[in-house]
Amino acid sequence: MSALRFRIYRYNPEADTAPYMQDYELEMTNHDAMLLDALMLLRQQDDSLGFRKSCREGVCGSDAMNINGRNGLACITPLSSLRQPIEIRPLPGLPVIRDLIVDMTQFFKQYHSIKPYLVNNDPPPETERLQSPKDRAELDGLYECILCACCTTACPSFWWNPDKFVGPSGLLQAYRFLADTRDQDTAARLDNLEDPYRLFRCHTIMNCVDVCPKELNPTEAIGKIKDMMVKRMV
Amino acid sequence: MVNRIVTGAHYGLRDWLVQRVTAVVMAVYVLALAAWALWQPALGYDVWTELFSGNMMRSFSLLFLLSLFYHAWIGVRDIVMDYVKPAGVRLLIHVLVILVLILYVIWSVQILWGM
Repeated sequence: MSALRFRIYRYNPEADTAPYMQDYELEMTNHDAMLLDALMLLRQQDDSLGFRKSCREGVCGSDAMNINGRNGLACITPLSSLRQPIEIRPLPGLPVIRDLIVDMTQFFKQYHSIKPYLVNNDPPPETERLQSPKDRAELDGLYECILCACCTTACPSFWWNPDKFVGPSGLLQAYRFLADTRDQDTAARLDNLEDPYRLFRCHTIMNCVDVCPKELNPTEAIGKIKDMMVKRMV
Repeated sequence: MVNRIVTGAHYGLRDWLVQRVTAVVMAVYVLALAAWALWQPALGYDVWTELFSGNMMRSFSLLFLLSLFYHAWIGVRDIVMDYVKPAGVRLLIHVLVILVLILYVIWSVQILWGM
């Protein structure tokens, strides 16, 4: 197997005046390896290369990056699926801290703004708050979100208005609590989202669905939020 | 005034819904007009003026044009909201677009009923 070729975005705000692309080559014998494996080997060559990682199996969402122009998780992207040179950039639309590490503050601000927790004012029961299997099934395709930010940073509406538009990830989470039969805050949650910027910046271009590494569908969730709003209006 | 990010205008749903309804109106009108045109053996000035001489066709056409203008208003407003950052400039563009669209409505009535 010939050497793998990489082009990686480099930027250290303390030393560099501008970001630049650096070329790397790597000999790898393992043909089933994931991109993250290669990045970790590259860091042995060049320990200044900055990226985040933790679980390295697509559960924690730390190593989201822009791979050959498409957002994804390095740890579950097989090297064999990538065209060379493999071009790696930080997630678009967020400030770069260093190399592939971005500042996620804005992303989490939006996430917090939708109150991502169950609101139930009844006294807690002896055990759990139970749901029927049918009600529980409503949460499938919603609770699996790992907040990697692949979808939100692939969304032009978030690029233009990151401070005002909640973004696909936050809206998917918002619907996760709207869909929860144990939650009692439905009206306030809908009020919170009924806004030309917070919800209606979504123009249904579905970049979010295209890139989600967990194969979730934020566009569908956003559509369901709009359906709920229409139902309560008419 | 402190410079804080403010959201929570509590509108948007009606416009989103109206945009969909007006799209349906426009689709029906365009398809109906296209079907009518295909059915005509010859399309000339006479046929065309006769079609638009009835109040029914004029009203349907006005409904189409009103749908078009409202639809365009929402679309243009969304573009301005996305790309124009200073609120003052945004307001100015909104006002100008609304005034132009109102002029279009007056003009449409003049064309449809002025023949």
